[in-house]
Amino acid sequence: MATESDLSCNGLIRRFGKTAAVDHISLDVPAGTFFSILGPSGCGKTTLLRLLAGFDKPDEGDIFIRGQRMNDVPPNKRPVNMVFQHLALFPTMTVGDNIGYGLKRRKVPAAERRKRIARVLEQVGLPGLEQRNPQELSGGQRQRVALARCLVLEPTLLLLDEPLGALDLKLREQMKVELKHLQKQFGTTFVYITHDQSEAMVMSDQVAVMKNGRFEQVAPPEELYREPATPFVAGFVGDNNRLSGEVVTLADNMADIRLDNGEVVRGRLAANGLSSGDRAELYVRPESLMFTGEALKDGFCAMQAKVLTTLFDGANSRVEAENGGQPVFARLPQDGTAPRLTTGAEIRLAWDPKLARVYGAGQS
Amino acid sequence: MNRWLPRTYLTLVYLLLYVPIVVLVVFSFNESRTGYEWGGLSLRWYEALFNNRAMVQAMWNSLWLALSAATVSTLIGALTALALHRYRFRGKKVLNGMLFIVMMSPEIVLAISLLALFLLVGLQLGYVSLLLAHVTFCLPFVVITVMARLSGFDERLPEAARDLGASDFTMTRTVLIPVIMPALLAGWLLGFTLSLDDVVVSTFVSGPSYEILPLRIYSMVRVGLKPEVNALGTLLLVFSLVMLILSQWILLRSKR
Repeated sequence: MATESDLSCNGLIRRFGKTAAVDHISLDVPAGTFFSILGPSGCGKTTLLRLLAGFDKPDEGDIFIRGQRMNDVPPNKRPVNMVFQHLALFPTMTVGDNIGYGLKRRKVPAAERRKRIARVLEQVGLPGLEQRNPQELSGGQRQRVALARCLVLEPTLLLLDEPLGALDLKLREQMKVELKHLQKQFGTTFVYITHDQSEAMVMSDQVAVMKNGRFEQVAPPEELYREPATPFVAGFVGDNNRLSGEVVTLADNMADIRLDNGEVVRGRLAANGLSSGDRAELYVRPESLMFTGEALKDGFCAMQAKVLTTLFDGANSRVEAENGGQPVFARLPQDGTAPRLTTGAEIRLAWDPKLARVYGAGQS
Repeated sequence: MNRWLPRTYLTLVYLLLYVPIVVLVVFSFNESRTGYEWGGLSLRWYEALFNNRAMVQAMWNSLWLALSAATVSTLIGALTALALHRYRFRGKKVLNGMLFIVMMSPEIVLAISLLALFLLVGLQLGYVSLLLAHVTFCLPFVVITVMARLSGFDERLPEAARDLGASDFTMTRTVLIPVIMPALLAGWLLGFTLSLDDVVVSTFVSGPSYEILPLRIYSMVRVGLKPEVNALGTLLLVFSLVMLILSQWILLRSKR
């Protein structure tokens, strides 16, 4: 066990009947990291979190926190605290009593408790709210109280189960930044669960993308975005276009793909074991696509597309088109460089093959 | 026309509800012996009531029985509700349904079957048989009240308490019980009231060793309406009102 890890797991398995909700998960979270587990609902991320918190036991594998094996330690004895999805603030207690609950269980004297409650409330930006009831607070304030209730105990590890899910969009954007800030300020290791890729990308140092009980890829957000290891990650993290076709030639880690309408395009090879004639999928991000005429930039490749519709959304404006029946999205820059597009117009979209990625078909 | 029709209707309904009670209270202070003429203000029936030792004894018996029956059924009922709410087990539906059967079945059926049971096992009819019988018919009301409260209970609260370092016992004491407290109180009061004014079941399962108030009144009324009963009724009414106000006050305080 690497001693500098706050959390490490190896070979965790949790089965429900015949299906494994958590299937051979190994992970290693260095101290002070904001670690996110990102996946669609039902991928097993909540089950994994409950194993870490101690509400559930793994069928196989071990959990270590700062090198201590945690498998048989009950939740009330683990140096781990959790912020629940719906916060689970105690409705019969004031804000102060909620935050002091854990301290009281540790038999911290009342005077010391009051001091620490006041200090943590100040740190989360809610000074002097001790006597209020949780029900009187706004969604964002309750969020902070839930965080404070855990952080006041100075846990080794803070688990967060989609805590922003219940907030409205604007508040969520604000809390994202704030959470990241609080995590830096406290220096606590966060394990954050979400199905919202933007939350994971904005806040995390490391993101694990989870699917069907397994980690597809564990990487910093930028790497996840630029070099998705699997087609699932490519499709799940950020917007992406998927074009299917057949491998024509392979050379220097690049693949030429013949699309179903006969055009040949290029992309970087992201999977091993492909050979000529195999079915393949090419992923290229909407912002990598550029409008072009007949003349191509050096090394670029291009394809035809027919405009279906344009969607104006300020900086996020985009065009929806199709290539031989396959949908294609491209970003529509609002700086006057984009052509005027009408439905049914034929356009050419070009990209740098180094920014496109090719996987074998049926891998996702 | 449209405005005073509903008002008249409402007035009539409330008159129907409250006139008998008002009459009872007024006549409890009536000097006259007959129940249909006013003979001036007097406390003589209250005096007579408190001088009637058998009556006072029956009152204490009833209070003690109601107190113990409500407490026992609240304890058992709360645990039953928790089990039905939290765990899945074989026969859960049957158990749930059986509670309703006790509640819905005619009282007389319950009375007869309880009496048959007590005779069968050779239980002396008295306080114990009354207590068992009263707990039986109070139980479903407590269970249903507590279960209603639990259905809105956030399942994550116990986990949050555990996560913050509480043992199961501490969690129950500090989180679960405060949340279901209003329901426990309501269930207890319901049980207390049901027990206090039960006649049918008590008639069957009480013995000469333990006389309770409703049966005493019932036998008094059979030989003619004595004004003492009015005084007793008034006292009970005041007692119920005090209990009602007390419970509302506690509920309001716990909500704040």
